[in-house]
Amino acid sequence: MKVLVAVKRVVDYNVKVRVKADNSGVDLANVKMSMNPFCEIAVEEAVRLKEKGVASEIVVVSIGPTAAQEQLRTALALGADRAILVEAADELNSLAVAKALKAVVDKEQPQLVILGKQAIDSDNNQTGQMLAALTGYAQGTFASKVEVAGDKVNVTREIDGGLQTVALNLPAIVTTDLRLNEPRYASLPNIMKAKKKPLETVTPDALGVSLASTTKTLKVEAPAARSAGIKVKSVAELVEKLKNEAKVI
Amino acid sequence: MTILVVAEHENGAVAPATLNTVAAAAKLGGDIHVLVAGQNVGGVAESAAKIAGVAKVLVADNAAYAHALPENVAPLVVELAKGYSHVLAPATTNGKNILPRVAALLDVDQISEIISVESADTFKRPIYAGNAIATVQSSAAVKVITVRTTGFDAVAAEGGSAAVETVAAAHDAGKSAFVGEELAKSDRPELTAAKIVVSGGRGMGNGDNFKHLYALADKLGAAVGASRAAVDAGFVPNDMQVGQTGKIVAPQLYIAVGISGAIQHLAGMKDSKVIVAINKDEEAPIFQVADYGLVADLFEAVPELEKLV
Repeated sequence: MKVLVAVKRVVDYNVKVRVKADNSGVDLANVKMSMNPFCEIAVEEAVRLKEKGVASEIVVVSIGPTAAQEQLRTALALGADRAILVEAADELNSLAVAKALKAVVDKEQPQLVILGKQAIDSDNNQTGQMLAALTGYAQGTFASKVEVAGDKVNVTREIDGGLQTVALNLPAIVTTDLRLNEPRYASLPNIMKAKKKPLETVTPDALGVSLASTTKTLKVEAPAARSAGIKVKSVAELVEKLKNEAKVI
Repeated sequence: MTILVVAEHENGAVAPATLNTVAAAAKLGGDIHVLVAGQNVGGVAESAAKIAGVAKVLVADNAAYAHALPENVAPLVVELAKGYSHVLAPATTNGKNILPRVAALLDVDQISEIISVESADTFKRPIYAGNAIATVQSSAAVKVITVRTTGFDAVAAEGGSAAVETVAAAHDAGKSAFVGEELAKSDRPELTAAKIVVSGGRGMGNGDNFKHLYALADKLGAAVGASRAAVDAGFVPNDMQVGQTGKIVAPQLYIAVGISGAIQHLAGMKDSKVIVAINKDEEAPIFQVADYGLVADLFEAVPELEKLV
């Protein structure tokens, strides 16, 4: 079966971002960009499904700027077969992304779509669920285990109380959580091979997708800073401070 | 203006997160209705009717809504949403699962994890693991919002006397089925509602060593959490993870033990009132946010702390 994987280009998870002085957003100039960590897990899961003989083809897609080709090449180096870039402005809301993905799903007709549960820049945690709504497919969010069995996929989900397993009719949408797998690194020969794999670029217009939004960001500010406190010398001093100064125990 | 709050409930009781969500709804102004969807949830609906400030409870009691499968619950919320100015749910795994599906079906953006209400259409929410706070404005006809519970003090669970109305609609998409669940059983308080949280990180070394934290937590009446490193290493289960993509907590007292303090972890706990860090590495970033830092071997400090509190 065909598996579609969506990936997002985001600020690297090790970067501590700074808010721009004019409060228009965060400063991303000269900042290292990477594939969103949850998207790496999504690519890895698709590659494992292919290695098991469950998936026959892996198509990776990104909705983003021209530079997102880098992340698509990374996904190709990790084992995806071909890539699609829907070229669009940097800041898109999840619904717009989901609409673009829906158009790609309509064209590609995958049996399974795997996405990260959340992008670490906007922290929205919406796109997979929205794509499921627009396609009418079932959704298995925050997955820690994915097992395809016949015309169904069993997804074990990380929920607040523990784990929940649901059986979804295929085609279905899965979003990844941290414990689903540990992504591999791309080998040098595979990075070289990935340069020759097909990467198609399309515009949202060509897909007939409107990226209109019902929200706008008015300003972006730095959070209230938390100042470092004091170092205590002993457990006894700590207990004394907690009881008499902070009064929390 | 009328606001619909999608209630979170478990084991026949209204979950505390619902009370924080009603508090966010109260800041918007307007009547507050609460939807209780599930199976055999008559008791939950009765409890929801007592929540302070709630004008009406809608109860959709149907086998299709058991286990809150989003394929079935989202169409129900969409059907009801058309009469409301706002639809709110707590940003629990349940709320995060269902509400974006609702928003997309209504063709509106969702605003995730708000921490404050500026006006009926303007909200603040953290982005980039809480390293920036965005103020966003929505022009959607129905504003679909998840609420970060730590941003709003819970309303009283008692004192209201709302009318309870039955919703007959049964949506069963037939696309998904509940197979099973493994729920953590604990006598300790729930992590996101606890007044004191004791968390362990990679420095705990293994899962067995968490017994030191459990002993301390039981003495303090605290919940026990963990960093991603401790969960990934298999020391403890996923439901204990505190951080950007795990649980967000803001207790009166947070005690971080053997946790270095990656930004992703800080995102989940830095709004705690008082933070204590115990770590043998005095350069650990956790000390930069701690009110009280103790540079010490946790295996000596934690048992001593347990004795002295």
